[in-house]
Amino acid sequence: MQEIRNYTMNFGPQHPAAHGVLRLIMEMDGETIVRADPHVGLLHRGTEKLAESKPFNQSIGYMDRLDYVSMMCNEHAYVKAIENLLGIEAPERAQYIRTMFDEITRILNHLMWIGSNGLDLGAMAVFLYAFREREELMDVYEAVSGARMHATYYRPGGVYRDLPAQMSQYRESPWHKGKDLKRINSWREGSMLDYLEAFTADFPSKVDEYEELLTTNRIWKQRTVGIGVISPELAQQWGMTGVMLRGSGVAWDLRKKQPYAKYAEMDFDIPVGVGGDCYDRYLCRVEEMRQSNRIIQQCVKWLKANPGPVMVENFKVAPPSRVEMKEDMEAMIHHFKLFTEGYCVPAGETYAAVEAPKGEFGCYLVSDGANKPFRVHLRAPGFAHLSSMDTIVRGHMLADVVAMIGTYDLVFGEVDR
Amino acid sequence: MSDTPATSLAERLAARFGDTLTISTQRNEITAELAAADLIAVATALRDEPGFRFTELIDLCGVDYLGYGQTEWDTTDISWTGFSRGVEGQAMGRFDWAGRPRGHDEPRRFASVVHLLSIEHNRRLRLRVFCADDSLPVVPSLTLVWPGVNWFEREAFDLYGIIFDGHPDLRRILTDYGFVGHPFRKDFPLIGNVEVRYDPEQKRVIYEPVSIEPRVLVPRTIRNDADLMQAKAEAADHWREN
Repeated sequence: MQEIRNYTMNFGPQHPAAHGVLRLIMEMDGETIVRADPHVGLLHRGTEKLAESKPFNQSIGYMDRLDYVSMMCNEHAYVKAIENLLGIEAPERAQYIRTMFDEITRILNHLMWIGSNGLDLGAMAVFLYAFREREELMDVYEAVSGARMHATYYRPGGVYRDLPAQMSQYRESPWHKGKDLKRINSWREGSMLDYLEAFTADFPSKVDEYEELLTTNRIWKQRTVGIGVISPELAQQWGMTGVMLRGSGVAWDLRKKQPYAKYAEMDFDIPVGVGGDCYDRYLCRVEEMRQSNRIIQQCVKWLKANPGPVMVENFKVAPPSRVEMKEDMEAMIHHFKLFTEGYCVPAGETYAAVEAPKGEFGCYLVSDGANKPFRVHLRAPGFAHLSSMDTIVRGHMLADVVAMIGTYDLVFGEVDR
Repeated sequence: MSDTPATSLAERLAARFGDTLTISTQRNEITAELAAADLIAVATALRDEPGFRFTELIDLCGVDYLGYGQTEWDTTDISWTGFSRGVEGQAMGRFDWAGRPRGHDEPRRFASVVHLLSIEHNRRLRLRVFCADDSLPVVPSLTLVWPGVNWFEREAFDLYGIIFDGHPDLRRILTDYGFVGHPFRKDFPLIGNVEVRYDPEQKRVIYEPVSIEPRVLVPRTIRNDADLMQAKAEAADHWREN
């Protein structure tokens, strides 16, 4: 009898479904996976080591570039770790702003996920739909920080500046003019919070549109139901967090269990899956978008009613205002020291975690009392999730690997760091 | 200290493990230090016993304590010549591959730090294991207790050269194929060792020694006034009001 040997196949690193730079070496028995060995690190930039060589504040921008579709959540973990060691707390308004932007980020991330996962599994339209709303939220990022993606908006002790009083508007161009221009600018006449109010009032209907395209779609269900089933025990053994854990029926969400920022005051629900397959995780993420929308609405309401400072009044950590600098020698010195040397953080170690859209994003920070961190370790959810790839896809078909990569919600900025 | 959940867990840990663990609590975070030989037994107990149930290993990372607490700019003693310019020192941004510091005898340099999470009790715990031998740092692998630690241990091996005894597949994970050295060690230069480019004549990618100069823009400083910051800021506020 003829001997049939397993076939080794290379998938990526430049494959549209590899979500960046995943290289997967698979041993195949026909169409069935016998062993999958993900090779990561193609996007390794040594963020943690770079952070050790810079004053604390200069690394906030690097955090955006880790998970580059949920930027502000990464900043939040890093900033929270520094605040822990410094023993300072951001003013209430800043906490609400952070809560709101964490949720905007969650929607941004899930929109990216639903679009690209749909594309991976053959649904082109969702991608276009999702990017339409993503663009609107990107404008909010831009309004508040000047950058569409890498915002560097959070600071230890608060946020960089208060929310803008005016939302940017489209100018007349060959593509936007007349009635059309008026329509797209109709949300943008007031402040950023007015814009968000209009957006959140409309967004649930947009989520309905995505669901219309996918939830009962026969092809979508064939590709996801019963694929990549993860039991609650398996999920915990492999250090899974976020939707990967909740999809398996474990109601674990840091926003509820270990609340930070203003989540304790928010009214929202945690969707939990039943079967632990790709379809359940899809349903969880879609519901999370609706819940995030609710949280944003509550934050907008509070922020409209309560003006106040967004940064601590501690000039060792936060820069004084320009006006103060002009007339106050002390403020001038503080400003100079802060921007040349930074601030020293008391010796100690801490672990700060936030519920990032992909799972638990943590920052383990060791300080020896210097103006630079001694050690920063960033706990990326995607790294833990991807490590379970081999265990989960064994026995699945090749096409299911793509569904699995999609459902992990991988971004290689954070996996490789 | 009041009986917060963290202290009660610390007490239970002390009661259960006795001298095996050295427990310290900071800001409600519990750190337990233990010897490498006890790690597996303690980890298994922490995972399985109903009082602990640390079913998830959230994170494992290596730490290199070389140069902990050292500064490049002395700001404690004022001499008649004034402060130095802060351009001395051995921080990792200041040397290249050839000039990397060697032959230091820092005792207990490498540690492996583990963060555990108990979903049932909603508690976190940090374990730290120092490696006995700095020239060949070895700690037992936790892969049989929490399989999810596999990649985290590979990462710590790759970046710090810590060897996890009993790991089924201890390969490099984040660095390039064929990488030399352990890049996150404090005696590994920040600018790296080699750089890569495509050579049009040889028609292949070639590796060359790095061409950039090491430099440090902000010297590393330790000021002891950090714990007084809050008080000082309040004083400053008070001063402005007057």
